[in-house]
Amino acid sequence: MIRLEQRPTPAKAWAIAAPIAAVLLTMIAGGLMFAALGTPPFQVMKTIFYDPLFHPQFASYSRPQLLVKAGPLILIAVGLSLGFRAGIWNIGAEGQYIIGAIFGAAVGLAAFPSDHPLLFPAMVLAGALGGLLWAMIPALLRVYCRTNEILVSLLLVYVAEQLLARAAVGFLRNPDGGGFPGSRNLAQHPGTANPELFAASGLHWGGVAALIAVIFAHILLTRHLLGFQIRVAGQSPRAAVFAGFAPARLVIFCLCFSGALAGLAGLFEVTGPAGQISIDFNSGYGFTAIIVAFLGRLSPIGILLAGLLMALTYIGGELAQLTLGLPGAAIQAFQGMLLFFLLGLDVLTNFRFRLAKRRSA
Amino acid sequence: MTALLHLQGISKSYPGVIANDSVDLTVEPGEIHALLGENGAGKSTLVKAIYGLIKPDAGQMAWDGEPYAPASPHAARGVGVAMVFQHFSLFDALTVAENVALGMDHPPRLRDLATEITRVSQDYGLPLDPRRTVGDLSAGERQRVEIIRCLLQNPRLLIMDEPTSVLTPAEADILFDALRQLRQEGRSVLYISHKLNEIRVLCDRATILRHGQVVGAADPTAASAAELAELMVGHRPEAISRPVHHISEIQALTVSQLSLHPRHEHDTPLRDITFAVSEGQILGIGGVAGNGQDGLLAALSGEQPTPANSVRLFDEPIGHLGPTARRARGLLTAPEERLGHAAVPDMSLTENTLLTGWRRSNLAHNGWLRWRSTRDLTQDVIGKFDVRTPGPEAPAQSLSGGNLQKFVVGREIRQSPKILIVNQPTWGVDAAAAAAIRQALTDLATAGAALIVISQDLDELAEIADSFAALNEGRLSPVRPMAELTTEDLGLMLGGASKIATPQTEAAQ
Amino acid sequence: MDLSSINIYVLIASLMVSATPILLAGIGELVVEKSGVLNLGVEGMMITGAVCGFAIAVQSGNATLGFLAAAVGGALLSLIFGFLTQVLMSNQVATGLALTLFGLGLSALLGQGFIGVKGIDVNPVPLGPLADLPGLGPMLFRHDGMVYISLAIVAAVWAVLRFTRAGLILRATGENHTAAHALGYSVIRIRLAAIAFGGACAGLGGAYLSIVRVPQWTEGMTAGAGWIALALVVFASWRPWRVLLGAYLFGGLTVLQLNLQAAGAKVPVELLSMAPYLLTILVLVLISTGRGVTGAPASLGARFHDSG
Repeated sequence: MIRLEQRPTPAKAWAIAAPIAAVLLTMIAGGLMFAALGTPPFQVMKTIFYDPLFHPQFASYSRPQLLVKAGPLILIAVGLSLGFRAGIWNIGAEGQYIIGAIFGAAVGLAAFPSDHPLLFPAMVLAGALGGLLWAMIPALLRVYCRTNEILVSLLLVYVAEQLLARAAVGFLRNPDGGGFPGSRNLAQHPGTANPELFAASGLHWGGVAALIAVIFAHILLTRHLLGFQIRVAGQSPRAAVFAGFAPARLVIFCLCFSGALAGLAGLFEVTGPAGQISIDFNSGYGFTAIIVAFLGRLSPIGILLAGLLMALTYIGGELAQLTLGLPGAAIQAFQGMLLFFLLGLDVLTNFRFRLAKRRSA
Repeated sequence: MTALLHLQGISKSYPGVIANDSVDLTVEPGEIHALLGENGAGKSTLVKAIYGLIKPDAGQMAWDGEPYAPASPHAARGVGVAMVFQHFSLFDALTVAENVALGMDHPPRLRDLATEITRVSQDYGLPLDPRRTVGDLSAGERQRVEIIRCLLQNPRLLIMDEPTSVLTPAEADILFDALRQLRQEGRSVLYISHKLNEIRVLCDRATILRHGQVVGAADPTAASAAELAELMVGHRPEAISRPVHHISEIQALTVSQLSLHPRHEHDTPLRDITFAVSEGQILGIGGVAGNGQDGLLAALSGEQPTPANSVRLFDEPIGHLGPTARRARGLLTAPEERLGHAAVPDMSLTENTLLTGWRRSNLAHNGWLRWRSTRDLTQDVIGKFDVRTPGPEAPAQSLSGGNLQKFVVGREIRQSPKILIVNQPTWGVDAAAAAAIRQALTDLATAGAALIVISQDLDELAEIADSFAALNEGRLSPVRPMAELTTEDLGLMLGGASKIATPQTEAAQ
Repeated sequence: MDLSSINIYVLIASLMVSATPILLAGIGELVVEKSGVLNLGVEGMMITGAVCGFAIAVQSGNATLGFLAAAVGGALLSLIFGFLTQVLMSNQVATGLALTLFGLGLSALLGQGFIGVKGIDVNPVPLGPLADLPGLGPMLFRHDGMVYISLAIVAAVWAVLRFTRAGLILRATGENHTAAHALGYSVIRIRLAAIAFGGACAGLGGAYLSIVRVPQWTEGMTAGAGWIALALVVFASWRPWRVLLGAYLFGGLTVLQLNLQAAGAKVPVELLSMAPYLLTILVLVLISTGRGVTGAPASLGARFHDSG
């Protein structure tokens, strides 16, 4: 009989190998899934992982998309990862993303048609603040009422979606839009736009913010006491109390930080790629970022790579939809599968398989 | 007459420890047999072998004269062995009857079982309502659930592991009556304890274990408590050579009327603890585990805040302060649980140095970590305290118990504490490391720091402590100078009988 | 606003219909949590059940087959979670989230060909004279079979947990898995069975949405019902009848909110739509303050490793 046996020390090498193995296994299992759907698996894999970057015809369009999509994923995932490390589960980033966009857009629209150079920075601040405040709700409820932050943060996503709908048809609707839902286009107005910074790069301020967040989180975790506290709290809560680290402060910090980053991601999206507040403005980045955070082993550098990979599967999926007629949802299942394999392989970081001759009682 | 149970040459060792070394034991039908010894003497290991929970490395067992080697508790129960554990395997949210049913191989219907429980509990004078929820029961009542679960299986041998450690004296008397009734019915009881008084009133014979070996047998009804204590504790070792040192008049830490509610289930509350320790003094606090040691350490370290005045450091009230503020003032601690409390298992030694040293050793400047200083400090601890490890980057859990303990104690000593409090500094530690740790502790006292050493190991306290107090059911005995205490006094104080041994009452007699 | 258009009998009848999905998912999750496992993948299992049920029901023209397929689909999906968390000891929170994300993707994939397809008619259970009772008839006795089955499941879960040995062992496992293991019970096997049951129930709940309540397939049609079912278990303090109470209260609220919208209340539609979620949060807060959450199985969410 095969038994799992605890390793004396976690296998460092396996911690790095697991995501790579998970990607390979997902390619195999996903290939089988696509084969079952009647599409040749190898061609699908090539379309998803290779063509977006190197296809002679499509790459010029899809390559910049990589950074467009990876930016918000990385930005949100970096924030979530800090909390996940400390055992604080913010899974409502989608809601914080929406509220951040609404706050930021509201500032921009209130000042319309101003193109004051400080307007965009003010919108950025408002976006971060919006996400932060929305995440503050589960944080305060957990600290003061011991309410489960998983359920509250998630339920608030649905509330945020209704607020978004209200904003699109109500208080942020374009007065010159002929009654159609949706706000003015922020991307087309110089004062409020978040343009591409280099032609054909796909890099806008959101990507820059994501990179800064990665560096910031890396420094926080490796060089600052606060990051150290987060790591101790997650690995050994009792040792954290012994060391004198206050749990409540960590809860508030982690939720607010992740909320602010999600809010920023929403703001950069609404002023850039999306352009306006609309009913279906949010596209699930807040949820996919959870996969990105785990795939990146909750480490900032890992998340950077995982975000790029996940963005690639998004674009590749769209491309496969276009060229192979693959259903768009397939890629979502593919991403979920990736997370399953990773979580399953994770066990081998701390345990190893052993052939047990007999069970010692 | 054939013995009910006969053990011959039972040995069992774990990495680094020989728990049982060629132990012989005979239990006759219809006797209450005491297995006596200090914590760590190997009593629990021995009974686990009898109950089929572990397999001995060597030796034979016989049951009714037949070879006996139970592969599992199920097999042991099959021949008529039942066991009541020190830490109960009970389900708090379930009722008494449900708990009993879960422990039986073929339980009757719950309603019939309830009747049965009521009957047995009345027969043996152990009142218990089968409909009550176990979580609401007192420790004594919880134990009754386990006992009745055993009795319903009609056992021939009942093993009880430290049964009175959780009982009030009145509850203990009820239990003793029930056990005597079992004896009358011709059943046997193997009774594990370190409490001398109760063994003398209850047991017919006693086998005494020390360091995994049988060191003697006695008739507890005939022997005095002092003789039993002598056997159990062994010869009192000579105090290790330590330079004559000065115990200052200045009281470093004063604790007055410190009480603590149980912090979780099965926790012992602290009741009215009062003592003081001076600079240069080592106060030894003895007592069996589970008598409030963890709570005492948490209250002193600041993990569990208490009213400000209940703990005073150089006359400053600090009871309300957290661990960081106390460390800044020079009060450092080393808890018993090395992995997961004193140290983070997955983190490196360097990171674990940061854990308690960031403030006092200034390893975080405005929050920015000074890794180089931290690594230097860690390297220093490793060198000074002879921690055997590949280096400061090794994870804490990769170290052996002894080496990790040297690191944990060394980490605090290296930060020059004004007062250091350690809980079980040498528990599960090999002899060489234990000696090194004791030496380091005495050196610290010689240098002028105040120390509190909480330990179950009497030899250890006799060796290093200047004064002694015993912790029993959350109460602390009066502090007495170690040099005045005889082996008998120690045994009696530990058994909770400190009152009869104080000089005042002796003088009164 | 015309409140007279709201008929109390119709309101209660539609409340029962509206509550059935979360009732089914909630009672399933209650069993899972009673065994000591926290499965956050309810939403994913519901939506998978919704698509499996709808597809089979439409293709076979038989609602019963559809519900069976939904139960099997939900259970199979839940066993992925079971294998990962119980055998490979992965983190339950993360794996549950993964299950939800995977379920949403998988269901969208499976449901490709069914968008816009008309559902089948599900007839009420013929209860004869009961259905003709004035008032009570239309309120209670003209429902489809699943409404009654969901009630039967609640009663069965209550009875099994309370009166049977299997229920006792399940509760014991959730309470203290170390002690249960020490007494010789197979913690992992018991939990896998509970997880599969929870998956089947969630699948049924999802299928009720797609086959009866809507009845149609649209992507993401569960819209958070799985999360509300999770909150329901906390609200119910892990007691079966309180899950029923909570589900019907919530169902009543939803129906009332829809009726108010239809009656043209002077409140923004979005505010009414978010009301159920806000109220769920409010209830969670009220429950967790005060005495704190009571009745949670002591081993809930903890990792079990048989180190022996």
